[in-house]
Amino acid sequence: MKLLETLLNGLSSGSTYAMIALGYTMVYGIAKMLNFAHGDVIMVGGYTLYVSAVMMGIHPLLALLLAIICCAVLGVTIEKLAYKPLRGASPLAVLITAIGMSYLLQSVAQMIFGSADRMVRLFDLGRITVGSMQISTYTIITLACSAVIMAGLSLFVKYTRIGRAMIAVSEDKDAAQLMGINVNFIITITFAIGSALAAFAGFFMVLKSPPVNSTLGAMPGIKAFTAAVIGGIGSIPGAMLGGILMGIVESFAQTNPVIAPFTVAIEFSILIVILLVRPSGILGKKRREKV
Amino acid sequence: MALLEVNNLEVYYGVICALKGISFHVNEGEIVSLIGANGAGKTTMMQSTVGIIPKKGGSVIFDGQDITKTPCHKIVQLGMTQVPEGRRIFQELTVYENLMMGAYTVKDQQRFKADMDRVFELFPRLAERRKQIAGTLSGGEQQMLAMSRALMINPKLLMLDEPSMGLAPILVDQIFSIIKDLHKAGTTILLVEQNASKALEISDRAYVLETGKITLSGTGKELMQSPEVQKAYLGG
Repeated sequence: MKLLETLLNGLSSGSTYAMIALGYTMVYGIAKMLNFAHGDVIMVGGYTLYVSAVMMGIHPLLALLLAIICCAVLGVTIEKLAYKPLRGASPLAVLITAIGMSYLLQSVAQMIFGSADRMVRLFDLGRITVGSMQISTYTIITLACSAVIMAGLSLFVKYTRIGRAMIAVSEDKDAAQLMGINVNFIITITFAIGSALAAFAGFFMVLKSPPVNSTLGAMPGIKAFTAAVIGGIGSIPGAMLGGILMGIVESFAQTNPVIAPFTVAIEFSILIVILLVRPSGILGKKRREKV
Repeated sequence: MALLEVNNLEVYYGVICALKGISFHVNEGEIVSLIGANGAGKTTMMQSTVGIIPKKGGSVIFDGQDITKTPCHKIVQLGMTQVPEGRRIFQELTVYENLMMGAYTVKDQQRFKADMDRVFELFPRLAERRKQIAGTLSGGEQQMLAMSRALMINPKLLMLDEPSMGLAPILVDQIFSIIKDLHKAGTTILLVEQNASKALEISDRAYVLETGKITLSGTGKELMQSPEVQKAYLGG
């Protein structure tokens, strides 16, 4: 029973990582850049929940909707202002800009909200008892919502016109343009979707633990990025798999008092092992070099 | 009136001048070819005309509209498209999905179905393989797919960049006969080729491109008989 409980906890934190990893992987696949400010979009989502639900007393679900909109607009704005002018510049310049953007968001948040934690208690969730097992309601909600969102995203990419255009742009940007696809528009959509998923991740995170501060998204962001690389960056199923794997490893490591202090080290070690064995990640494809 | 008119087109890669002001035109209903050796600037000319790479100077007029500064995806919507060098099909998508991408700008379902039927009639091989992942097709089939994908928008002008590259001689013949068929069916064609004899044979007019400049032009026949062309491109 303990085993199942640990597994469920792992699945739920893993699906939070998966949500974040999807943002990294989609942006990488389509804009061919690593958006290191992605984790901080979660933090902005967290503060949006704080302002709307706690300070203004809006219903938590409406607050979630507001957070999704804010994050999507923020993601698109970051792309337009910071990344778009650098299209075609060296990858290093883009990477440094993304890291700078990350610190900018953190600093602005600290200027506005200070460095003390703000408590975002949205629902009184409690626990459910199944047989001898105690599961927190948070776990169930996170799992169910993530499953629906990830299934929805997969269907969207496979079966809608814009989704297919996203695949086309990620495979070959020039050829996609020749199909009449507006690549800039597809990049905008990608940033909007990725950032909206980050808002969901922020929501799940504050359900689990209410304190929000300016570095809320930093560690989950790095872990989710690691998860995306483990799964194969650029691959949507890869990000889901990598995220869930990450969550399960974390959850099991934390139950053993001897291993627990090394949890983070173990998580990042998996990355090293995977990169040695399969440099393109578990589900990553080896891309043919085009001449 | 010319369907496509390119005036003094200049393209730079950094400080290197790839096209030093080239001018050419394609009249409606013609097959025009551009021949030239490796590195002459043929692909650069194709890509800058259609807006994939930026132009430094000159102008491009298509169907009476100035498209010098128009982005690529809008140019395609005007009815000018290109089968890029190396085919560049979407390897991970199926044949059918590739054709759907080709019809990205076509919103009318009936027209889409009619175009699909027409393309499958032209290329029965693709109809048999519509569910196959495109990356697993043979080189000739991939070229056919790349051409069909471009035909899905019913282009007024179809630009083909090295359609015979890397294909076995029998397939080269087949591709050229398909180009002739497309032309007969009313599509205006701009062809870029290294295979000069094949290209000149089917062309109404042709241009010779040498290190970023057009050095010769004339009808297909004239160029085939020109001593310079024979010496440099036809192995005569």
